[in-house]
Amino acid sequence: MSELKGIYALWYREMKVFLRERSRVISSIINPLLWLLIIGGGLGSAVSFEGYNVMTFIFPGVLIQTALFSSVFFGVYIVWDKKIDFMKEVLVAPMRRTSLFVGKIIGGSTDTLLQILILFTIGIIFSLSGIMPGLQLTVFSVAVSLVFLLITTVGLVSIGLIIGSQMESPEGFQLIISFVIFPLFFLSGSLFPITNLPKWLAPFIFVNPVTYAVDGIRGVLIGKFQFSLLFDFALVSLFALVMILIGTYAFKKMKI
Amino acid sequence: MHIIETKNLTKKFEKMTAVDNLNLQINEGEIFGLLGPNGAGKTTTLLMLVTLKPPTSGTATINGFDIVKQADKVRKSIGIVFQDPSSDEILTGYENLKLHGWLYDMPNDLLEDRIKEVLELVELTDRKNDRMKKYSGGMRRRLELARGLMHHPKILFLDEPTLGLDPQSREHIWKYIENLAKEKNMTIIITTHYMDEADKLCDRLAIIDKGKIVVLGSPTQLKKDLGGDIIRLKAKTLDIDVLKNLPYVKNISPCDGEVCLTLEDASTHLQEILKLVGKIDSVEIRSPTLDDVFLHYTGRAMLEGSPEGSWAEKMMNASEKT
Repeated sequence: MSELKGIYALWYREMKVFLRERSRVISSIINPLLWLLIIGGGLGSAVSFEGYNVMTFIFPGVLIQTALFSSVFFGVYIVWDKKIDFMKEVLVAPMRRTSLFVGKIIGGSTDTLLQILILFTIGIIFSLSGIMPGLQLTVFSVAVSLVFLLITTVGLVSIGLIIGSQMESPEGFQLIISFVIFPLFFLSGSLFPITNLPKWLAPFIFVNPVTYAVDGIRGVLIGKFQFSLLFDFALVSLFALVMILIGTYAFKKMKI
Repeated sequence: MHIIETKNLTKKFEKMTAVDNLNLQINEGEIFGLLGPNGAGKTTTLLMLVTLKPPTSGTATINGFDIVKQADKVRKSIGIVFQDPSSDEILTGYENLKLHGWLYDMPNDLLEDRIKEVLELVELTDRKNDRMKKYSGGMRRRLELARGLMHHPKILFLDEPTLGLDPQSREHIWKYIENLAKEKNMTIIITTHYMDEADKLCDRLAIIDKGKIVVLGSPTQLKKDLGGDIIRLKAKTLDIDVLKNLPYVKNISPCDGEVCLTLEDASTHLQEILKLVGKIDSVEIRSPTLDDVFLHYTGRAMLEGSPEGSWAEKMMNASEKT
């Protein structure tokens, strides 16, 4: 009971902060939207990907991009908490470190999912108004996409928290995560089809867990699977699980 | 049984020993002070006791629980007010208090009552719905103090509780701390580098210097142990040797380029002393303070000022934080 209350307390705080820092929300939505409109619209005027409209094709990738940037970046708040003594206040409370980690994951995931929902809604509007043709919007496809996004987000928030728990300065954190976020994003097939990859590039893409999240969502939203729904789901879940385990360990070892 | 007991508690950092084989016994319900200059090891001791830093060697029990092996149980028994800000400035004062209550698993109705009670105490009731960003340094400090008291812990740790507060607020807080100890039988551990604070509040105190206890006792006893009054003499040339033969002079020590004599009944002997030392620039008679106690045992004056680093360092830390 007390652990749940503690987790709720941490979530409550993240929500308050999230709702009060509007600039963060706005920038995290504008950015993917620009990718969608400019890369999707610009590139799409010249080419198509395997018969699909480029904008439609990269829409799942852009959803994942939002998840990626917003969730991994969320880890910076743990560095801030350490910098001010808020972390001490939490760590000295009679609550387990695991609960702290869980509270942070739930907080960060809610932040990210709210942003994704806004973007998804914009996507649906684009689709209905014909700007982005070919999106298969059914209850099933939307629900499965959201499940994929949720699981991926949990895994990615964990990555941010793991890095954050080991870092001392926000600047250092930002440096490290740019080495994490960009490869995960560009090597995921978010922005291009992964059917005929050059031999040297393919391995990088196949070891990237984000690839399977993109494939799963793209599969249900536009009907183009590279792998299969179950395979994607299994790999994404495994990724999230491993990250949660590492994160729990990292939080136990975290020094202040 | 003592509510806090440390056994050879030691913390070493790479090159220095911050806390060196500390042995302390603190009784239930007392206000105990750790007094010492900057970097004496007060805060490090506190952080070990509240389970935030593991000791290098030695151990301690709090409320009967081991600080390393039973850290969870220790945390349930304690509350702490940190020296540096530890509240979320995007939240309001009220929200920070509520968060704290939840983290300590307080039932909701009790929580609301306590929030009301502590807000009144620190006189922040009318500002409770302002974001902490808008609080001044002193207001923030008061709110954090309120937060530490809120769950009525068995043992309360206060790291420099009145640092940066105006005299009126300090008096207020002191009174409340005294009441808590008396009415709730709460044990309170205070670190401070303010002599007057230690003198006013503490039942007993340990003067700490370079990680070791220099002397321990009640403020009254410590001052009494010095023996009588203090005469402070200032002169260009001073013949101390003649004073050494006087039977009633207990101690002669240089202080800040002057000379301090400790003796019983200073006013009756003053004339004789002045006659013996010859021409002087100034003289002062006073009862001993904890400053004198510190000086007596360490041979140095305790420097007033910010407890951690210089003003410039503080500013740099502050700008890094924003």
